[in-house]
Amino acid sequence: MTGSSVGATTALVETAALARVFGNRRAVDGVDLTLAAGECLALFGPNGAGKTTLLRMIAGLLTPTSGAARIAGLPLPAMPARARVGLISHRTMLYDALTARENVRFAARLHGVPDPAAATQLALEALQVADRADIAVRALSRGLQQRVAIARAIVHTPDVLLADEPYTGLDEQGGAALTALLRERRAHGAALVVVTHHLYEGLALASHAAIMRAGRFVRFERAEGIDAPSYAATYRETVA
Amino acid sequence: MNAPGTLATAWIVARKDLAIEYRTRSAFLSALVFSLLALVIFYFAWDSTAVGPLDIAPGVLWVTFTFSGLLGMHRSFGVEMRDGAMDALLVAPVPRESIFLGKMLANLVFVLGVQAVALPAIALFYNLPVAGVIVPLAGVMLLAAIGLTCIGTLFAGITSNTRMAELLLPVLALPFFVPIVIPAAQTTARLLAGRPVEESLAWLRILFAFDLVFLYACTIAFPFTLED
Repeated sequence: MTGSSVGATTALVETAALARVFGNRRAVDGVDLTLAAGECLALFGPNGAGKTTLLRMIAGLLTPTSGAARIAGLPLPAMPARARVGLISHRTMLYDALTARENVRFAARLHGVPDPAAATQLALEALQVADRADIAVRALSRGLQQRVAIARAIVHTPDVLLADEPYTGLDEQGGAALTALLRERRAHGAALVVVTHHLYEGLALASHAAIMRAGRFVRFERAEGIDAPSYAATYRETVA
Repeated sequence: MNAPGTLATAWIVARKDLAIEYRTRSAFLSALVFSLLALVIFYFAWDSTAVGPLDIAPGVLWVTFTFSGLLGMHRSFGVEMRDGAMDALLVAPVPRESIFLGKMLANLVFVLGVQAVALPAIALFYNLPVAGVIVPLAGVMLLAAIGLTCIGTLFAGITSNTRMAELLLPVLALPFFVPIVIPAAQTTARLLAGRPVEESLAWLRILFAFDLVFLYACTIAFPFTLED
């Protein structure tokens, strides 16, 4: 299977034959994907499968070699499409000399959030890191930095949240806060793509699950009702 | 939500960069120490019986400003690359030209700050008569700083993703600094020699013209340097 459609209503994420070639290697090889409001795709796959490359193209950070990606019907990487995207990465994307509050407020200002200070406070509270808001990011632990990074990504309440290994560095409390936040965003109609190696967490969050290998979706199915242990066994067989 | 326009975004980016520099002061102090060390080295390498201070000082001034400025410009993209912050900047719904303008503005403030400290030092070392020409001299320094920061910011962006950014930045940028440094040094020499500003108008026109060309060309070119 090279492509899949998961939603018939308003598509927030659409890719058509999306491909990216690095040198002579096809990192992403013709991915078709449609995600509607309130849907969440958990994307699994071994290292080098093309998950991050796919996510970067959907975020407008990487130009596809062929094919196209759209956000809410808007072509990427145009600004109106990027305005609807929030990106969480395994890298924090923060400035370590600035405080947590300054980092999140900077993102809020760039997105034109009407009240950046209030939105920043709300985002930091949602990630349970408001009590460290005025500490320089470099003085925070990796887990707390990741919480600030997530707050930065959601401060403008994006319609599409792209999360690449979002649980990196998070402790149990941080992980639970993130899961609650992702569920809340889904409930409010956001479309999510979560790249993770944690099958159980990913399946618990998602409406759909996909396994990627060599740049293609090799499995794509609805996540509701999937038996996680048997899916884990299937995953191991698929990527072996 | 309405994303800010080009100039508003540039101001947001510049404020952020200046806040980072204010917190760390690492680039400013490095550039300042470099400037002062360069002045001392030039001073002790100078044979005052063979060359007069007014002949050597303009060259020393602009060599020092040029190289010390590069230190700060290199750092301006270093902070974006360290933890992938550039990705967050590029996902934001802002014109990419505005990122360049913001970084360039922050670098301009940085270069002018270094110049403001280094100029009195060089005046002291070489006993230069700067008091009577401080206003036109400041104007020349501002015009030259605009050109230098345009080029330096563009090439700092281009080289920031490379392994040898520290080496590549001066190699790529210095040839483009020439059309800025020559008129700046020529005008500085005339001003320090007590010649009227009118005598340097031709050089100033060249400096101004290159500023406009570099500002326009670098702003337009910057988004293409972000292509991968």
